[in-house]
Amino acid sequence: MDVVTQMQRQLLQYTSSLFKEGFLDDQFNQLQQLQDESNPEFVVEVVTLFFEDAERLLNELSKSLEQESIDFRRVDAHVHQLKGSSSSIGAQRVQRVCIAFKNFCEQQNVEGCLKSLQEIKQEYSLVKTKLETLFKMEKQLFAAGGSVSR
Amino acid sequence: MGMAATESQQFHVLAVDDSLIDRKLIERLLRTSSYQVTTVDSGTKALEFLGLRENHDGTPNTPSVSPNNHQEVEVNMVITDYCMPGMTGYDLLKKIKESSSLRNIPVVIMSSENVPSRISRCLEEGAEEFFLKPVRLSDLNRLKPHIMKRSKLKDEDQKQQVIPEKIENLLEVQKQHQPQEEAQPQPPLEQQQQNNNNSNKRKSMEQSLSPEPTDRTRPRYSGIATVV
Repeated sequence: MDVVTQMQRQLLQYTSSLFKEGFLDDQFNQLQQLQDESNPEFVVEVVTLFFEDAERLLNELSKSLEQESIDFRRVDAHVHQLKGSSSSIGAQRVQRVCIAFKNFCEQQNVEGCLKSLQEIKQEYSLVKTKLETLFKMEKQLFAAGGSVSR
Repeated sequence: MGMAATESQQFHVLAVDDSLIDRKLIERLLRTSSYQVTTVDSGTKALEFLGLRENHDGTPNTPSVSPNNHQEVEVNMVITDYCMPGMTGYDLLKKIKESSSLRNIPVVIMSSENVPSRISRCLEEGAEEFFLKPVRLSDLNRLKPHIMKRSKLKDEDQKQQVIPEKIENLLEVQKQHQPQEEAQPQPPLEQQQQNNNNSNKRKSMEQSLSPEPTDRTRPRYSGIATVV
């Protein structure tokens, strides 16, 4: 098996595992389908926006939950945004923790919120690493002359 | 985005969403479907773009008819997020429908939350469609009939009749709901898009009945290699 075929296979397997493990859901496929020669970087662009957005929101959330008197509506608004953007790129596990987080906000449960925040940070960190790996593999494949059929 | 002169044949959609990611997504979806797109991040900006501004007392003011009014570029449809700070998508919908100059423009509402009362309220207020986020290419197929209708009939009355029909359709679909639908294996792409069409509507009502949190988080692909 030549190098390119091997790389393609590895990429396929890696992508498949991300779906299997629930890191990504079908929305990620939808993004890939929107990418073409006229928009060859679409997925990376959208995912990068997600990273920026998520990091901003996680900062805001940390700050809001450190306050003496927590503004739950503000916290909820931020979680809502994060839930939306993770859903838009197919980051399923992040989205799921956001849902739980929102429930804790509604209950004004501080401990629950703090726990959720920790979980989100972990899930976000995981999916970010996974996606960065995925993009790197794609880049290497292209550099070797291969392609990903969309 | 760009306010280039309207290409005469192209259908121009104004997309409104406060989320940058969602704006990017909807723009790509619409462009892929060959629509001309302008995106704005608020209802207020949408109204400005449409050439409608408010008076100081808050009542809408259609600009005096002059060749220099803001609506240089014709907008054929507005698609807007529901949850936005300040002016919600619903507020925007209302303002458009209350405006004599804008009310014929079809408005589509998008929302990440599946709330039946919200859906019916929007439809009753005159929204053409309600899309659950994240919006997909297959959802945009549902816009085609509205576009065809636009170009064929400008008759207000006929448009009004669509709305109660639509609510009936949604309720009909709810009755026919099959819980097993989710477990089926993935059909080929074209068929899948068809299914998406149907299952979107089904989903809207179906999830409102389930006791679980109303979110489309179920994975569709379970491990099938999908480097598409």
